[in-house]
Amino acid sequence: MNHDSYPDAYIRDILLSQRSFAVVGASAKPTRPSYFVMKYLLAKGYDVIPVNPGFAGKTIVDRKVSASLLDMDRPVDVVDIFRSSDAALGITQEAIRIGAKVVWMQIGVRNDEAARLAEDAGLRVVMNRCPKIEYGRLAGEIGWAGVNSRTLSSKRAILSASGGQQRSLRRNT
Amino acid sequence: MSEERTPGFNTLAIHAGAQPDASTGARVTPIYQSTSFVFDDVDHAASLFNLEAFGNIYSRIMNPTQAVLEERLAALEGGTAALAVASGHAAQAIVFHTLMEPGAEFIAARQLYGGSINQFGEAFRKFDWHVKWADTTDAAAFRAAVTPKTRAIFVESIANPGGIVTDLEAISAVAKEAGVPFIVDNTLATPYLTQPKQYGADIIVHSLTKFLGGHGNSVGGVIVDCGTFDWMGSGRYPTLSESCGSYHGMVLGETFGNFAFAIACRVLGLRDLGPAIAPMNAFLILNGIETLPLRMQRHCDNAKQVASWLSAHDKVAWVNYAGLPGNEFNALAQRYAPKGAGAVFTFGLKGGYEAGIDLVGKVQLFSHLANIGDTRSLIIHPASTTHRQLGDEARDRAGAGADVVRLSIGLEDVEDIIADLDQALATV
Repeated sequence: MNHDSYPDAYIRDILLSQRSFAVVGASAKPTRPSYFVMKYLLAKGYDVIPVNPGFAGKTIVDRKVSASLLDMDRPVDVVDIFRSSDAALGITQEAIRIGAKVVWMQIGVRNDEAARLAEDAGLRVVMNRCPKIEYGRLAGEIGWAGVNSRTLSSKRAILSASGGQQRSLRRNT
Repeated sequence: MSEERTPGFNTLAIHAGAQPDASTGARVTPIYQSTSFVFDDVDHAASLFNLEAFGNIYSRIMNPTQAVLEERLAALEGGTAALAVASGHAAQAIVFHTLMEPGAEFIAARQLYGGSINQFGEAFRKFDWHVKWADTTDAAAFRAAVTPKTRAIFVESIANPGGIVTDLEAISAVAKEAGVPFIVDNTLATPYLTQPKQYGADIIVHSLTKFLGGHGNSVGGVIVDCGTFDWMGSGRYPTLSESCGSYHGMVLGETFGNFAFAIACRVLGLRDLGPAIAPMNAFLILNGIETLPLRMQRHCDNAKQVASWLSAHDKVAWVNYAGLPGNEFNALAQRYAPKGAGAVFTFGLKGGYEAGIDLVGKVQLFSHLANIGDTRSLIIHPASTTHRQLGDEARDRAGAGADVVRLSIGLEDVEDIIADLDQALATV
């Protein structure tokens, strides 16, 4: 995978096929980006496991916090990394060990060695992207904030099953 | 369309931001003439107010018709996001409200549109924001005006009405050196003729009222965030880099990354100052933009022919159109706007002030009014109208001296445009 530029279809398929995110470096502060991402993913129906050793056993976004990826009470599909690029290597090694399907590094986080390791082990990798932005972009919600989604479609957008102001990632074909 | 293909400008002008309506399948973007939008539930309302989710609350801050216009313009300028507002002046007020603190300075081209000269020099002074003027043709003058209080540099890509094409790369280099955002008013060029982001613009503003809307029916403005300025690294822009009281201490620059400026303009500037664009105006401007590439090329082609004809007329002292060979800005026009130098230009009448007043009275096809960028050809004598509030010296510097007539060339048959000027010039 070329990690400088991902096809929309690659990201869309990951977001559609995976159901749970472990958020490593989850903050308990409601104004922090990791908190936003967790709230958004929960609103979109994903299971979220916050990971932060400083908060282990407590709750963030009403979910029990795990001390590490090796310490979670259930399997997880996506490991979302809100840590430094250097720290991403060790976290990726743990993600491989626990059988995660995708390693996702947030905006500003990139570790090509970790990406190679994960891809060699059969995981998919996304770096320097935010799942909230990508979901909003590909579902057609981010345009409500005037943001350039860089997508075009002549097909009707699909409302999410939860109704209201929520759009689905699925597309009319 | 394949997701891997990068769409061209004509395609973006028609499609960017405008998917068929999710509920009804309406193909043309609907006019969402509604002040407010229902929340799914209390949690959804809270997540919208906290900026945790994307969605609509109230049309003073966002509206689905306006949103399509915003995404369209962000796409056409190559930006990350945009904010549409009530007018070009509102766009400028919000940009500076986001960048400036009391006592701060910015540097602006001396040869701006007269309305911007008033806004920057007079209205902004009441906020304790201070403009320093520099000659557009002299990048060194911008460099010399930089102080520790400088927060931005502002120019027009093609100046109205002076006929100046700005050397964007030279002035953007000054902004980079000074560590401040480079703001370009791209109204006269439109992104069809030039895309300032390619030459270092960090923020682009437009009066949508002009060529983008293009039909003289709606006032509007836009701010495009190019996503290129490092607000968190700078430390000079507390609105973006420090915690924000009205959003529970959120740091907008951190949360919204490379589209944080557009978000800050919306959730603070527009929310608190209030100049929202009407959904109807957003709709009309969107319709105009669909044909921008075709219209703009015809505007430019007609303008070049009219300018060329005028320069051979014996009652005309001079013609200032950068699209004409021999014009002092022709080389810059070739470099920054090779498809055409725009459709607004000035010429001087040998008969001076009185002849200018006579001419605007004698035309039959040209409309005498204070706008530009309409399908119709427009004429004005700036010294007696748009620039009459300025002193003689400022008027001359802005390219609006006593003998100057400004034309905005429309989309009529160019033979008819020329015939109208011919009959009117015969009487002055």
